[in-house]
Amino acid sequence: MAHGPQPGLTRWLYTTNHKDIGSMYLWFSFAMFLLGGCMALIIRAELFQPGLQIVQPEFFNQMTTLHGLIMVFGAVMPAFVGLANWMIPLMVGAPDMALPRMNNWSFWILPFAFSMLLSTLFMSGGAPNFGWTFYAPLSTEYAPPSVTFFIFSIHIMGASSIMGAINIIATILNMRAPGMTLMKMPLFVWTWLITAYLLIAVMPVLAGVVTMMLMDIHFGTSFFSAAGGGDPVLFQHVFWFFGHPEVYIMILPAFGIVSMIIPTFARKPLFGYSSMVYATASIAFLSFIVWAHHMFTVGMPVAGELFFMYATMLIAVPTGVKVFNWVTTMFRGSMTFETPMLFSIAFVILFTIGGFSGLMLAIAPADFQYHDTYFVVAHFHYVLVPGAIFSITAAVYYWLPKWCGNMYNEAMGKLHFWLAFIGLNLTFFPMHFVGLAGMPRRIPDYALQFADFNQIASIGAFLFGAAQLVFLFNVIRTVRGGKKATDKVWESAHGLEWSIASPAPYHTFSIPPKVS
Amino acid sequence: MLMGLKRLFAPLVFPVLAPLAQAQEAERWGVNMPQGVTEVSHAIYDLHMLIFWICVVIGIAVFGVMFYSMWAHRKSRGHKAVQFHESTLVELAWTIVPILILFGMAIPATKTLYDMYDTGEADLDIMITGYQWKWKYDHLGTDVSYFSNLATPLTQINNALPKTANYLLEVDEPLVVPTNKKIRFLITANDVIHAWWVPALAVKKDAIPGFINESWTRIDEPGIYRGQCAELCGKDHGFMPIVVKAVPEPEYDAWLSERAIVAAKAAELTGKTFSFDELVEEGGEVYNRTCAACHQANGEGVPGTFPSIAGSKVATGPLEKHMDIVINGSTTNPAMQAFGPQLSEVQLAAVITYQRNAFGNNMGDTVQPIDILNFKNK
Amino acid sequence: MHRSNNVKVALKLLAFATGMLGFALFIMPPLYDAFCDITGLNGKTGERYQAVPAAVDTERLITVQFLASNNGNMPWQFKPSVMSLKVHPGEAKDMVFLAHNPTKQTMTAQAIPSMVPFKVTSYFHKTECFCFNQQTLAAGESAELGLRFIVDPDLPAGVNTITLSYTIFDVTKRFANNQKNTGQQKEG
Repeated sequence: MAHGPQPGLTRWLYTTNHKDIGSMYLWFSFAMFLLGGCMALIIRAELFQPGLQIVQPEFFNQMTTLHGLIMVFGAVMPAFVGLANWMIPLMVGAPDMALPRMNNWSFWILPFAFSMLLSTLFMSGGAPNFGWTFYAPLSTEYAPPSVTFFIFSIHIMGASSIMGAINIIATILNMRAPGMTLMKMPLFVWTWLITAYLLIAVMPVLAGVVTMMLMDIHFGTSFFSAAGGGDPVLFQHVFWFFGHPEVYIMILPAFGIVSMIIPTFARKPLFGYSSMVYATASIAFLSFIVWAHHMFTVGMPVAGELFFMYATMLIAVPTGVKVFNWVTTMFRGSMTFETPMLFSIAFVILFTIGGFSGLMLAIAPADFQYHDTYFVVAHFHYVLVPGAIFSITAAVYYWLPKWCGNMYNEAMGKLHFWLAFIGLNLTFFPMHFVGLAGMPRRIPDYALQFADFNQIASIGAFLFGAAQLVFLFNVIRTVRGGKKATDKVWESAHGLEWSIASPAPYHTFSIPPKVS
Repeated sequence: MLMGLKRLFAPLVFPVLAPLAQAQEAERWGVNMPQGVTEVSHAIYDLHMLIFWICVVIGIAVFGVMFYSMWAHRKSRGHKAVQFHESTLVELAWTIVPILILFGMAIPATKTLYDMYDTGEADLDIMITGYQWKWKYDHLGTDVSYFSNLATPLTQINNALPKTANYLLEVDEPLVVPTNKKIRFLITANDVIHAWWVPALAVKKDAIPGFINESWTRIDEPGIYRGQCAELCGKDHGFMPIVVKAVPEPEYDAWLSERAIVAAKAAELTGKTFSFDELVEEGGEVYNRTCAACHQANGEGVPGTFPSIAGSKVATGPLEKHMDIVINGSTTNPAMQAFGPQLSEVQLAAVITYQRNAFGNNMGDTVQPIDILNFKNK
Repeated sequence: MHRSNNVKVALKLLAFATGMLGFALFIMPPLYDAFCDITGLNGKTGERYQAVPAAVDTERLITVQFLASNNGNMPWQFKPSVMSLKVHPGEAKDMVFLAHNPTKQTMTAQAIPSMVPFKVTSYFHKTECFCFNQQTLAAGESAELGLRFIVDPDLPAGVNTITLSYTIFDVTKRFANNQKNTGQQKEG
């Protein structure tokens, strides 16, 4: 049995070590985050002023499409899988992931998927331009030829996610150290367990919907074409049956991360651990019966509208429980505000604001005014940027000292936080206003009354982008050196991951630890 | 520069100046949903505000507790953590109370939704068809049917000319409807999914190819109400606005009969022979309104997506072929629509003549409206 | 000791994932169609109806409105012969749509029906309809496309207008392809 990493490039190509694979996932997702961010900046630059200045509408549509796909499948999901790879074995006291070779495979097909997706930019007719939700028939009969490559890349991303999820479930179910009962598992492990089940349930549905597209385009079927007896609206039902659980896939692990960080810096155990677990499970369950709230204006019978409206409103209950629990965890604690805590607090505040706009969107009659406007854009960026991105950032600051053995620069971390916090709010808060005032989403040019808020949003976006460079610099500096971290790193940290040395040795828990 | 700074800082001073600001300024800094001009739009607005204020109250309570403990329960103030971590009573309370609040929201929402779905007993029906990238309106029961295109010139979009007040929200033919009548909209699409949305009427409904959707409105006040397509429908999704002109009923009836006269006149013109210059001039206008979005103002198209007209085989080839593709559309590329039903014979003749004699295409031939008519009837 | 367990769990999960793929591909589309049939969602009207003699309700008079549109570049002229008809529930009524193929080639069309309000679709029965088959017209040919329908006497009270829309699609190419792959079933 090898005791350390192999030298050279082959270490990364052939590795089955969960720490190596976790690091590769994280770096890959950060690269995708920067790339998707640059696309967002192209969008914001074009929207800085009314009129067409920088890009043409067809390229603008390619940017909105790729920005969405890359951020969802390239940045957020691989980042969470990376964190799971690094932390779940350490948290449950396992020597590695359950299926290490599949782990290697599920990472290494990702770069191929994204190279294929990005190569469509250089194809005749351009990259996919039908939005990340790729509604038929715009994405079938009216799609550019590159749509076939888009379909295959989605297939590969889906396969990667499913393999990752299988690995995570097998690790959590089979590899826990003696004494680590389910209800003793850290919340990050719990939320990931539930997320992994969601992934296995819905990624095949995504694969199914793109397969149906492929058959409609190339094999003469008509799932989504009215001409042959199909229905374009079927596409939306199947897509959102995947899509709604998908948005929870991007937020449940974030709940887990924040539930680990807040207790550490409040120096107080998490309030309501078991209600957190049950709330997560009920959110996951509800995610399967609310999909059509994305389609309130599609023309549904009133009974359908009512069902989906009520079910969607219900999600506010378990989500509320979570927010109340986090706040109560802070209440009467002994708080300090290191960078991970700052990001976590911002998560709670901003995610709650996103939850409020979500509740407004759930009200079907009002949704007829909100649907497909910038209000929706503001809503999902408020839940995804402070939700997924801030929690991933918090997780990196929180566990980075454990990973590389060095403390990050706290001042720079705080600078990153404040730049990101201000940039984010400048970018996305005005979008609520222009959306309510009537600006549709996915337009490259807009009427004059939306100009001022769009200008502010664009400035904010560049500020947010700049903040990420501070992050990159800080992380690289920490990896390369800096003040040595202690094994426990944080004064009040709890959990198995803090019982091992910093940096974490290449092999850990070869002998399972005892959990009391 | 100063202007720029003023704009940048305007959001900071705006709350102070708000009461003094003029109506126009309020629209420019519009931060809320319009109340609209129909009963349904008012109901939706009230619902929106109700939920907004509920959220504000909950937000103040939750964030209040949070900021209080962030201030009071800091380690730097010497606060010692109190190690409690559950309380069934509290947890039960904050599960049940939100459910009750949700009931409070669901009841008015359900009522409004039923109103929105009550499309029966309409006074008139209007069929709306979404096209890439324009709308077609049919006033059912009459012969009145017309396309509504973006009227903002490309020169404004490309920043060559200053943008005017209704930039991107103006059309050549607004939808004209009477006030105080129940109007039923029957909504469908020709190619991909669009969505017809006018915020002031609180009507938004997807237009789906092959299927029909319905919605309704009753407009209280005469006026011009503007909206846009709300579902991504391809390249010019941002350039297919909606303008509804609501007028009192007598005026609407007068407009209908006027349309009939205009149509008769246009039919008369079909028999007329136009000069080369007349055709090219009219054709240029039609081109910029209808063709330039894809084939570009300079006729060079977009490589790989939209073919060039300058020097193209069609525009410099046999007339028959040229008329065929403009009138019947392309059989291979769905982006090239059939303009036969969309444009009048005069417009078709003019635009074909223009294409054959612009962008360096120097065919020198003319097409007369009667040629188009003959081609169509062949 | 974990190894065989891990593989077992992985295989089970893989089977579950495969099952979900099958669910999306083979169950969801028919399920959706069935759902549409029941609720009238998307306004698709039913298949051929076997006429059952029913009492004509002469008390009620229902307006049935007809709409016609062409999809994409479909060049046919296509319109209803009358804008609307008034019918008693239970009474069988005939009407025709007029179609003309102005092009120089033989073309095949498929008409797709759609109806609002959605809730009435299950009360509107067609015993004959041109939409049950593809329609082929030679170059320059015109045709009267027939439709025979019955409005169900159980039509919910309060509904006085029914709108039936047909969209014609050019399926010349699709039809030709289907002819080539004989035996292949039409999807949906």
